[in-house]
Amino acid sequence: MTAPPPASPRERQADRSAARRNRWLTGPAVTIVALFGIVPLLIVLVYSFLAPAPYGGVQWKFSTDAYLNFLFQRDIFSDALQFSPAFLLIYLRSFVFAVITTLICLALGFPTAYFMATRPPEQRNWWVLLITIPFWSNLLVRTLAIMFIIRDEGLINMALMGLGLIDKPITMLYTNFAIVLGLFYSFLPFMVLPLYSSLEKLDFRLVEAAHDLYATRRQVLWRIVIPMSAPGIVAGCLLVFIPALGAYVTPLILGGGTHLMIGDLIAQQFGSGRNWPLGSAQALILMAAVLVALWVYVRNAAKGGKHG
Amino acid sequence: MPEQPSGSAIAIREVSKVFGSGSDAVTALAQVDIDIRANEFFTLLGPSGCGKTTLLRLIAGFDYPTTGEIRLYGDDIAQLPPYRRPINTVFQNYALFPHMTVAQNIGFGLEMLGRPRAEIAARIDEMLRLVRMEELKNRRTSQISGGQQQRVALARALAPQPKVLLLDEPLSALDYKLRKEMQLELKRLQHETGITFIFVTHDQEEALTMSDRIAVMSKGRVLQIGTAHDIYDKPAERFVANFIGETNLLDAEVTGVDAATATVRVKGTTLQAGLPEGFRPTGKATVVIRPEHAELEAGGADRGTLGGLGGVITNVVFFGTDTHYYIALDGGGEFMVRRQNSRGAAGFASGDRVGLRIDPGAARVLRD
Ligand SMILES: Nc1ncnc2c1ncn2[C@@H]1O[C@H](COP(=O)(O)OP(=O)(O)OP(=O)(O)O)[C@@H](O)[C@H]1O
Ligand SMILES: [Mg+2]
Repeated sequence: MTAPPPASPRERQADRSAARRNRWLTGPAVTIVALFGIVPLLIVLVYSFLAPAPYGGVQWKFSTDAYLNFLFQRDIFSDALQFSPAFLLIYLRSFVFAVITTLICLALGFPTAYFMATRPPEQRNWWVLLITIPFWSNLLVRTLAIMFIIRDEGLINMALMGLGLIDKPITMLYTNFAIVLGLFYSFLPFMVLPLYSSLEKLDFRLVEAAHDLYATRRQVLWRIVIPMSAPGIVAGCLLVFIPALGAYVTPLILGGGTHLMIGDLIAQQFGSGRNWPLGSAQALILMAAVLVALWVYVRNAAKGGKHG
Repeated sequence: MPEQPSGSAIAIREVSKVFGSGSDAVTALAQVDIDIRANEFFTLLGPSGCGKTTLLRLIAGFDYPTTGEIRLYGDDIAQLPPYRRPINTVFQNYALFPHMTVAQNIGFGLEMLGRPRAEIAARIDEMLRLVRMEELKNRRTSQISGGQQQRVALARALAPQPKVLLLDEPLSALDYKLRKEMQLELKRLQHETGITFIFVTHDQEEALTMSDRIAVMSKGRVLQIGTAHDIYDKPAERFVANFIGETNLLDAEVTGVDAATATVRVKGTTLQAGLPEGFRPTGKATVVIRPEHAELEAGGADRGTLGGLGGVITNVVFFGTDTHYYIALDGGGEFMVRRQNSRGAAGFASGDRVGLRIDPGAARVLRD
């Protein structure tokens, strides 16, 4: 057995005072995380185990009904629990929408980011600025603008009818298409920016080296560019997937309230549904699902990156 | 043309490269003509910015010439993309793929060529043996030293058995000792593989010790092509003489010219000086004499053997194996003589009057 050499008293004292200093330095960060992260989460957690009050709010009575209600409905007459997948389906649909949105953003964001990263350095900041232009106006305003473009009497349908390509408008508003379009549009910059920042750091001499070793353009893309921009791809996908999953405004306006997503569902429980515990439980289930998805994704991404 | 062009591994014909256009156009290469023979260790030597990398990039295919032809064993390849040329490059910064292991780096080229797995594995092992890196096969390229990275870069470029290997200052990032080691290693590899090497350097000593032939470049032009001996002993231009080795340049008056030599007068002394091929000087000219091609003689001008080229020693610098003597010539100008230090030989000191005995055939007239 080898014991670590005993530290001299002075060393130990120095260690301790350094640790104390570090504790002080982490103070503000810890306070903020506790105040704005952990405390609200605890409130939501506590609420999810209480009973709803008739006009909103909660009754201080322990109950697991909120979680049971997520998957089951109580029969009005017999009081028996019946499986009811309504909420689960909304969750599944939200996941599907979020995945599709992420994939579209990746498919269009990657060439965009690659284009930006291969411009001369002095032009690049202008392209970044252009990408962020949508952020200058409010999300609600942008979403309403999409609505005006794709509705039956909107820009697209009027143009197509004016050109005589169609006789009656194509219904786009209040469809799944409208929701994914809106999500894609809102979150594209969150994909492009991290992709750009990792492609910008890519050493293009490696691309030349690969070409020199007989790699065609396609092989360079798959064997060099994509593996080396993996951190950007992971970050971009997370930044799009997570907010897309919990999106509220876009599905509400472009889905017309008929194609609910998780965000709208939760908001409903706190509003017209007047069931705060149910809303809290739904929010926590969403969070748990995201954490599991994240864990699986990051693990696989890390493994994929290692293989090259 | 000294060689029949079809016999060259690489023939570069009137190649020019202009970057940009209009007022800020940069001519990186102007009318370059080079023939590189098969199995040759050929070096492009020149100062920074003279166009060495540009020429190498044209041969590799990363850039395309503005005008001219590049032929590989007779076929014009100037417009082919790099992945269609059987030519590989060792980059100055190595450009190893950081997300792959040493073995994956070495196998990359063969994999892209679609060779069978077994063949690739065997070739990787062969290459690792060749560059003596067997133990580091599965290391990440970020976890090996600079010298080892250099070897991996070499192995990676040699693995697909290219017809020509391009090396852009591959040793410049290494320290002195490792550099000397790698110089020998490169010579050995070239010998063992029989591949034509085109080597870029701005280090004249490296060029002289390693090359079969050297092309000296300046400002986008090739000034002289020849063996190390040719370039050193018979520099054709002032730039070449100055760039390679140490030189004494003297103003001279040409008094007569015959087939290969000229009679010149330097500070009242008459010398026979060699001439660059096809050069017929008249009037004023510059003559070069290497520091080791002159011998010091005690006494100086009055001895008469040289018709009077002599002066006073102003500085003596000891270098271990040899000593440099700086002499202020009678009638102006400085001359440096390098003498091998041998035991018992009489030395000279600052302030001594000396005469200069120039070796016959050592002086050469330069094209300016
Ligand atoms: N892409 C480019 N655009 C514009 N000018 C360029 C470009 N590449 C090279 N040049 C110019 O061409 C000239 C030759 O450059 P090159 O890189 O070939 O020099 P070099 O001999 O390799 O120098 P060094 O020893 O410093 O590597 C230089 O004047 C350089 O500024
Ligand atoms: Mg260079």
